[in-house]
Amino acid sequence: MSYEVIGISVLWIFLYGYLIVASIDFGAGFFAYYAKITKQDHIINQIISRYLSPVWEVTNVFLVFFFVGIVGFFPSTAYYYGSALLVPASFAIILIAIRGSFYAFENYGSKQSNVYMFLYGATGLFIPASLSVALTISEGGFITEQNGHVSLKYFELFTSPLAWSIVALAIVSVLFISASFITYYASRANDIPALHLVRKWALFWATPTIIMALTTMIALSQRNQQNFENMIDLWWVFGLSMAFFLIAISLLYIGKYYGVAFIAIMLQFLFAFSGYGMAKFPYLLYPQINIEDSVTNPSMGIALIVAFIGGLLLLVPSLILLMRLFLFDANYAKGKK
Amino acid sequence: MEFDTVTVSRLITAMTLIFHIVFATLGVGVPLFISLAEFIGIKKKDKHYELLAKRWSRGFVISVAIGVVTGTAIALQLSLVWPNFMELAGNVIALPLFMEVFAFFFEAIFLGIYLYTWDRFKGKYTHWLLSLPVIIGAGMSAVFISTVNSFMNSPDGFTMVNGEFVGVNPLQAMLNPSTPTRVFHVLGGSYLTVAAILATIAAFALLKKKGAAEYHKKALKMTVISMFVFSVLTALGGDLSAKYLAKHQSEKLAAAEWHFETEGNADLILFGWLNEDNEVVGEIRVPGFLSFLAHGDFTSEVLGLEETPEGERPPLIIHYLFDLMVMIGFFLLGISFLYLVLSRFKRWEVHNKFILWLLALGGPLAMLAVEFGWVFAELGRQPWILRGYMTVEEAATKSPYIVHMFFLFLALYIVLGTLFVLTLRKLFKDNPVELELEKYYPELKKGDKK
Repeated sequence: MSYEVIGISVLWIFLYGYLIVASIDFGAGFFAYYAKITKQDHIINQIISRYLSPVWEVTNVFLVFFFVGIVGFFPSTAYYYGSALLVPASFAIILIAIRGSFYAFENYGSKQSNVYMFLYGATGLFIPASLSVALTISEGGFITEQNGHVSLKYFELFTSPLAWSIVALAIVSVLFISASFITYYASRANDIPALHLVRKWALFWATPTIIMALTTMIALSQRNQQNFENMIDLWWVFGLSMAFFLIAISLLYIGKYYGVAFIAIMLQFLFAFSGYGMAKFPYLLYPQINIEDSVTNPSMGIALIVAFIGGLLLLVPSLILLMRLFLFDANYAKGKK
Repeated sequence: MEFDTVTVSRLITAMTLIFHIVFATLGVGVPLFISLAEFIGIKKKDKHYELLAKRWSRGFVISVAIGVVTGTAIALQLSLVWPNFMELAGNVIALPLFMEVFAFFFEAIFLGIYLYTWDRFKGKYTHWLLSLPVIIGAGMSAVFISTVNSFMNSPDGFTMVNGEFVGVNPLQAMLNPSTPTRVFHVLGGSYLTVAAILATIAAFALLKKKGAAEYHKKALKMTVISMFVFSVLTALGGDLSAKYLAKHQSEKLAAAEWHFETEGNADLILFGWLNEDNEVVGEIRVPGFLSFLAHGDFTSEVLGLEETPEGERPPLIIHYLFDLMVMIGFFLLGISFLYLVLSRFKRWEVHNKFILWLLALGGPLAMLAVEFGWVFAELGRQPWILRGYMTVEEAATKSPYIVHMFFLFLALYIVLGTLFVLTLRKLFKDNPVELELEKYYPELKKGDKK
């Protein structure tokens, strides 16, 4: 395998990792706010803050890792995406900053204010929405380049059905993933009232997730025919994704094996996300950046891969330790520690 | 009013870094002192130190949060504001940027574990051990990011053929000529600054006579000793940096020292100003000292600014930044030395008002020195973003929206800064040391009185 393929696979896996951990976090923010305004916060907010407080920085690093990595492996992404995304990415930074400070100021500082809870909930939906712009423009036709000046066609973007369906898909997926994770976490903590509440939410958000996934595929077929046809050729990958989705909602419905249900949802998104990625191949930005032409020089590529392996050897044991102490320590989840 | 995008690009980056560097410095330094306090606490079986470590880490969490979000901002802004630079330099210097994320990741994981596991382990040293990966991760982040900044000053590890980099050696790019001295100076300076800030907190509490005097005196002793050690090391690092500049980046040293003509036995110019004919007036001259500073020899020749073509000279204002940074450095060295000497003699009360006030000033001044030093390092590289290869003008984004983004980020930093101060005040005001000592360690109460 050539190193550009290794590079993009690694980055894609990290982006997938971000998708999962960040969805849990973003959705939790929305649910915390929703529970507060519907006066159900006494049921679930304890469980949300117990899980999220120790891990939020880790979530953020996944994102930083992805974009530092993609600029490292494919430097011309900095030129195109960097120039075009100035405004949407700046908004994402601001929202992430507001959200990050929520943990610090709210959890350690003062009592829960409504303004902050609102911002916490709202940013959870707006961050995925603004980040998803990057996926939209990668399909091509949203960027112009004139005498070395790359700019984004804002009108084109805001009137594009694809852009809006990707935004909607991002938001409903966030809520679905998050609700099913909190269901699992509540079951670990043996918190029955919380479990009942979030299980309902998980089941509720399952349907819009599938509807938006299909809508997005249709919108994609109008924007980038090639990408769409590649996806059709990979029908079995999306079929597997669908199968895991069905397993997950069945388990949620009968109310058993919430851990397995969450793993099935992770696999559902893994297959859908990989299928989409493979269908995009070899373009990072259609038609300006394909991975063969834009890849960095071999010595940097190899150095990055070596650094990556070294980093993983360091991080994986540390992450396992973190999860054993907080996520999978039933006593901690129950709030006894 | 028309803004030019290059200037605004520079302003937005400067603003983000001026804000971020405060929290980055705290992020590098505070874990060391938390760990030190916890260790001494276990060793001496002294609960004061344990509480010290706990309270410092509580405040630290809040600064880390802002460090993380502003760090994310600057990491993204590198590509958003300087797309052409990242496209070119990414080919050579992506490795340390990539590893920096790993180092930070490592730190974040263990910080999370450390903060939430104070009473979860049987052995006391087990929890203390968790602080070590945090110190290492934080330190390595600083090392990696400093190598990137070094690379911008003294690019190495490639050859340029037809506007493209070939024969790239990522390790050599990382270990470029200015890396060793810069890393040394940055790390030393961070530890020094944090020691000074923690000393300021203790000195201030003693001045206000809020109680728990023993607790604050212990904190003061520990941080001022560290201040002394790190100010010596930082001064050494600064001296080595000057010698590096003389050898590899003479225009930066020349502009900082207002040394215009190449000559031997060069004088060191302190402060002063420039008249209309660009002559230095009102300065303090130390004969031959610039030669000594640059090469360790009073007679050696120091290259003047005249050697550099006019369009490639750094702005002369960096002279003041440099002088202020050095002055503050010596001030910190001086007061920590004074404290140590006085505390040797039982006859003098070392915790007198005068000394405490000086120490209380130390922290804010140290942070100012970090800012001066950093702005000096950046302005001193102008007009280059990658010295000799790319100017800031060529590197900047051409998007006109950069102006709007500037004000957006300005608002963000004002909000974050305000909330940071408010939260810290609230956190410690609602929960003063004396109350906490009483609550958690009632057995200490008697010992405190004698």
